[in-house]
Amino acid sequence: MYKAFLIKYAEIGIKGKNRYLFENALRDQIKNSLKDLGDYLVSKEQGRIYIECPDDYDYDETVEALQRVFGIAQICPVSIIDTIDWDPLTEAVGNYVEERYPDKNFTFKMEAKRSDKKYPLTSPEICVEMGAYLLRRFPEMKVDVHNPSVRIMVEVRTRSYVYSEIIPGLGGMPVGSNGKAMLLLSGGIDSPVAGYMVAKRGVTIDAVYFHAPPYTSDRAKEKVVDLARLVSKYTGPIKLHVINFTDIQLYIYEKCPHDELTIIMRRYMMKIAETLAVDSGCLGLITGESIGQVASQTLHSLAATNEVCSLPVYRPLIAFDKQDIVDIAEKINTYETSILPYEDCCTIFVAKHPVTKPSLKVIRYSEKALEEKIEELVKTALDTKETILVQ
Amino acid sequence: MEIYLDNAATTRAFDSVNKLMLQALELDYGNPSSLHRKGLAAEKLIKEAKEILAKSLKVDTKEIYFTSGGTESNNLALIGAAYGNKRAGNHIITTRIEHPSVHNPLIFLEEQGFRVTYVPVDGNGKIIEDDLLAAIDKDTILVSLMYVNNEVGAVQNIRNLSGKIKGKKSDIIIHVDAIQAFGKYTIYPKREGIDLLSASGHKIHGPKGSGVLFIRDKVKVNPIVFGGGQQKGMRSGTENVPAIAGLGQAVKEIYLGHQERIDKLYTLKKVFIDGVKQLEGVTVNCVGDELKDSAPHITSVSFEGIRSEVLLHALEDKGIYVSSGSACASNHPQLSGTLKAIGLPKNLLDSTLRFSFSVFTKEEEIEYTLSVLRELVPLLKRYNRH
Repeated sequence: MYKAFLIKYAEIGIKGKNRYLFENALRDQIKNSLKDLGDYLVSKEQGRIYIECPDDYDYDETVEALQRVFGIAQICPVSIIDTIDWDPLTEAVGNYVEERYPDKNFTFKMEAKRSDKKYPLTSPEICVEMGAYLLRRFPEMKVDVHNPSVRIMVEVRTRSYVYSEIIPGLGGMPVGSNGKAMLLLSGGIDSPVAGYMVAKRGVTIDAVYFHAPPYTSDRAKEKVVDLARLVSKYTGPIKLHVINFTDIQLYIYEKCPHDELTIIMRRYMMKIAETLAVDSGCLGLITGESIGQVASQTLHSLAATNEVCSLPVYRPLIAFDKQDIVDIAEKINTYETSILPYEDCCTIFVAKHPVTKPSLKVIRYSEKALEEKIEELVKTALDTKETILVQ
Repeated sequence: MEIYLDNAATTRAFDSVNKLMLQALELDYGNPSSLHRKGLAAEKLIKEAKEILAKSLKVDTKEIYFTSGGTESNNLALIGAAYGNKRAGNHIITTRIEHPSVHNPLIFLEEQGFRVTYVPVDGNGKIIEDDLLAAIDKDTILVSLMYVNNEVGAVQNIRNLSGKIKGKKSDIIIHVDAIQAFGKYTIYPKREGIDLLSASGHKIHGPKGSGVLFIRDKVKVNPIVFGGGQQKGMRSGTENVPAIAGLGQAVKEIYLGHQERIDKLYTLKKVFIDGVKQLEGVTVNCVGDELKDSAPHITSVSFEGIRSEVLLHALEDKGIYVSSGSACASNHPQLSGTLKAIGLPKNLLDSTLRFSFSVFTKEEEIEYTLSVLRELVPLLKRYNRH
């Protein structure tokens, strides 16, 4: 019945002169999300994006794909009417109502828009006339302008569109409209959610994963690739860098006090992530940290981790409770994968009683023991990185 | 170099198995229930496999039922025998070291109102006979025992146990999970007092998804799969002809030059145990006094102070594939029931690997594995979680 979708966006609408950039980004994201489903025609037209569907398209599959595109506020399935002439138009709208609402016992309100200001009727006039036509054709229907159960919307442009259903979109900003950042992706529940949230604000995501074979297995790595793939359903393709972290971790283990292991390890992860970020044009780092969740996420620990990098670190989950994070993970379908029981490198060498209030002075002093070899190890880790394009 | 020492998990198929299966897929692809010639050709493959199986077990062909593997065989044996005989009683006996494919159907049966007694084992994984016999009461209908334990290689003296069980109550049905034993031992169910016997194809260089259940004539087993009535209604569903043919071929080949092969496996096992014992902090589990007290192909080794998963991946990195605990349960974080049941100290539960050999394993592969272990074990011991 529907041949097309009308996409409405929210925040982009107030972007002034840059608006077209956001609109283009949204159009591209929509195209990308539909490219595997068939030959859709995505066009931008006066503050609207229209999607015309191929004949054999699948309605549910299409809506599902559109519901994963950031920047869409509303998805409206529309019927296209190939005329703006009044009589055939009213008849077509009547046919739409006939087919869409077999039981005519409901209240409705007409809403109309016209783009051609020379059109013989103004928008309010279209509403009145069209409403009158519908009441004549379907006497059971009643008008209620304050609290209608159905809003029937007609837009008259170079051709006409009619719709009455609004499916909520994800909101946010189209990916690609707001720069790029490097996500520190582990196998846990938090980091995929953090990546999702920042991407929702229009940020393109690259990711880095720290692999520590044989202490972490190929399955753990595969799990992270799977997580990246799940997140990429929203963000578009993700470049995932895999860093072999074993030698660095073992060296820290050998040289530094064990209760500081996690903090020092995380500091090196941040440094490496920052180097990668700078190399690939990222403007910030993203982590899944949340205050107080574990010893390395107390304010003291966060300050100690943060100190080693100069790029801004975005922590969208910083004030979230675990359950809130789990709820999002479930919604975006990463939870099931995140809880698979494979070790990741944050858990393998954990001290029973890690410091929770590390002093920067003490940490810096401990790191002095690494001076001999650490730079070389970091360089090797960067040189041997593996990059996977996940999509 | 690739060294596969995870043969208790699964094995590489014999070439002859692959060849016959391909024939079943490409040429004799008919439905064995079809009346035409194509169906007959497929039926013939099943008949041949059945004859091979029956001959290898010294039983009648009509006592052989093909299944989708060891798990289904165990499920059918336990659930089928329990329901088929519930008028006679509702008590089942098993041990604490059974595979999940025995353990979990029994949990299901407990939920359905059956009573299950779990008999303990000693430090070598041997069933404590007195406890087993003491558990028998007037309601006991079924005893399920594992011939060879999949995790530690402990072997039970089935003939002795079944004799004593039947001596106490003659109508008890004895089921034996022989999935790790079939192909390693010559098993004649009738001589050993076995009424139901489960075996699997992929443990003996046959295809995955192939299995067999021997049901002694006159033993009542209810089906658990219903449908078109194939295999006398015991196991409906179009027979998996390629898998059945492959299973038959694997059985035929595994028992060729059998004694020589078993002797070779024991030689490999001895070389491996002697070598691995040289390493500090290493315990070999359940070997008993004599090497032949345990299965020829499975060796369980605990490495104090090293997490099994870490050593497993470090070995993998050198091209050596082994297993931690039991492969079927290795995706679950909980620790092995068998290792607990044999009384392994807590600190070793998560530090135990299984090395399992096959007819394809070579002595130089064992030597290489030992040399890698000599290198890795001291290295990995330095990094303890504490």
